[in-house]
Amino acid sequence: MKKVNVTIDGFQINVPEDATIMQAAEQLGIKIPRLCYHPDLSIEGACRVCIVEVEGANKYVTACANNVSEGMVVKTYSPDIRQARRDIVELILDNHPRECQLCERDGNCELQNLAFRLGVRERLYEGKRKRHEREESSPAVIRDAEKCILCRRCVRVCSEIQGIHNLSQLHRGFDTVVAPAYEGPMDESVCIACGQCINVCPVAAFLENNSTDKVWNALADPKKHVVVHIAPAIRAAIGEGFNLPIGTPVAGKTVTALRRLGFEAVFDTDFGADLTIIEEAHEFAERLKKNENLPMLTSCSPGWIKFMEHFYPELIPYASSCKSPMQMNSTLLKTYYAEQKGIDWKDIYVTTVMPCVAKKFEAERPEHHTKDGIPYTDAVITTRELIWMVKAFGIDFNNLPDSEFDDPLGFSTGAGDLFGTTGGVMEATLRTAADKLTGKSQQELNFTQVRNAEGLKEASVKIGDKTLNVAVANGLNNAKTILDKVKEGKKQYHIVELMACPGGCIGGGGQPYPTEGHYVLEKEVLKKRAKALYAIDEEKKIRKSHENPSINRLYKDFLGEPGSKKAHQLLHTTYRPRQPRGIK
Amino acid sequence: MNDNMIEITLPQDIVDYIEECKEKPYPDSYLIAILHRIQKEFGYLSEENMDQVAQLLQVPTSTVSGVATFYHFFRLQPKGTFHISVCMGTACFVKGGEQVLDSFKYELGVEMGETTSDQLFTLESSRCIGVCSLAPVVTINGKVYSKVTPNQVPDILNRLKENEK
Repeated sequence: MKKVNVTIDGFQINVPEDATIMQAAEQLGIKIPRLCYHPDLSIEGACRVCIVEVEGANKYVTACANNVSEGMVVKTYSPDIRQARRDIVELILDNHPRECQLCERDGNCELQNLAFRLGVRERLYEGKRKRHEREESSPAVIRDAEKCILCRRCVRVCSEIQGIHNLSQLHRGFDTVVAPAYEGPMDESVCIACGQCINVCPVAAFLENNSTDKVWNALADPKKHVVVHIAPAIRAAIGEGFNLPIGTPVAGKTVTALRRLGFEAVFDTDFGADLTIIEEAHEFAERLKKNENLPMLTSCSPGWIKFMEHFYPELIPYASSCKSPMQMNSTLLKTYYAEQKGIDWKDIYVTTVMPCVAKKFEAERPEHHTKDGIPYTDAVITTRELIWMVKAFGIDFNNLPDSEFDDPLGFSTGAGDLFGTTGGVMEATLRTAADKLTGKSQQELNFTQVRNAEGLKEASVKIGDKTLNVAVANGLNNAKTILDKVKEGKKQYHIVELMACPGGCIGGGGQPYPTEGHYVLEKEVLKKRAKALYAIDEEKKIRKSHENPSINRLYKDFLGEPGSKKAHQLLHTTYRPRQPRGIK
Repeated sequence: MNDNMIEITLPQDIVDYIEECKEKPYPDSYLIAILHRIQKEFGYLSEENMDQVAQLLQVPTSTVSGVATFYHFFRLQPKGTFHISVCMGTACFVKGGEQVLDSFKYELGVEMGETTSDQLFTLESSRCIGVCSLAPVVTINGKVYSKVTPNQVPDILNRLKENEK
């Protein structure tokens, strides 16, 4: 690549000619203010906040959308630019509600921070304001178009990363609004509830459907036996909400915090993950024997499952019938645990803490309700919601002592922890499959072929005399690549792991908003969170799901064999094609 | 598995046209042309028809919806029996066109671009139609009403309703 010389704010730099002004400035340690820009998404140039002065140009240009050229002289800062940027932000604010204190993103809103940094101290403009109803049809994602500033990050993440194309800009000019087709309700759209629109939104135009009130009320109800279980990805990320370094594993503190909030028992979704491996391994062995419905597609990610139902209904028979770890745990809490404790299952209130917004949707699926129509999971809160609850309660998280999960659904192996990252379900599966297929305990535990944060991984793993072709995809655009190959029969895979969110659950739609100096879905952040999970796995004595003594006891006392009638009744589920059918 | 595909009810010539477009480079770029044909056939773009375009052209429904709402030419509701167009050109505006429009809005209970629930009247505005000496003017199904005042509006509407009976 040809390199060019550029002068930015008086500093000379030599950069590749395809660099943008913004990128060149960053190399000099100049972070030009920005709003609609996101490094992983296409360039939009919608907000105009990153304008700079280029010598010889007759107007200000956006630093994100313009490349450098030989001899270019750029000024990123001058009284005029400072004023112009501030005017731009003031104009955005003019069409935005003035209710920061009532907003869920007060304190971590990009627009609020930007306005403060640019020196907006008074509101000089007063014009017509757009009015839109808050759209709350979906149990997972709320759309609040009145707060939207039309940066289109959500539209881009929904199409470019997830390949859903659910959101689009409708109408024009002052009436422009971001919404699903025909401005229909989210609930009746192809939205897969992954929540990435919430993650990338700089304001609060998209939010999770908050369940904390439900949980507070349950906790205050003396008749209810309120229990909770937490997903693997929580322990690797929740610390960020309390200013701990990214990737600090804090399972012990989280358990203590949940007990202080008033939960009577704190369990680990990792247990359900171990159990998923046992049931899935059994299912896979059966399919392999009969050579039917291969590859088996994993079923832990509810966003991916809804995606399949909308976009690839023809692949439904290939999906594992196993419930997700969350649903396995919740089901067992209202059956096995109730029986063991001698509590009426109707008095048990199951809360889960998930890195995921789609889990809220999953919990409401009728497939995951009892015969009486009562959900096995009563409330799902995201990592963000738990952080808020802990703060609201006045718990000093960082100074909490560690404590252990409760029995019997609290003990997990290292394999269970891996479920929180892309490739983790595959690695956990391979550990068990290696032992089962060869009939002896294998020493090699780390299947590094399926690690790393790439969106798409393929590997052929030799186990005994068999070679298993596996694929791992995260981010649904990547999933499409694999699924199209499966559909066309181009490649024979045995198992495909699919997770809706970039990086897997650690990059889920319910994870903490980025801390100072980071951006949402940043690869380095995801890697650090994954590293925390791999570290937890390394430290555990038992690292294979089928060696979990609690699981073995569960089968002995309650379920019988893996794949038994009872196991099928409680731990497996069904899927259905959905309307509207997604396009592309 | 076709059991959750959208049923195609568009006329065969439009389906053929879409298939033709799909053979060309950049099929997406024919979206506007396709929507024009549908509007010509049905007078407006229904959600059912836009769904079919999305399915046949393999373009996301949200994109079709985005394009259809962006261009004012596209109608998203069926046209009523009577198409009322109030001129908002400079001369008509100055002579009170806006008050006339407000009167139609009030009498019909609809906003600009909308159709009454009995499917009888569609209210729209137009730019100068070139008969400024008659300002303010209103055209209803092509017939020109000249020097209209707001209080004539109920009469005009009643007469049209009578004729329809």
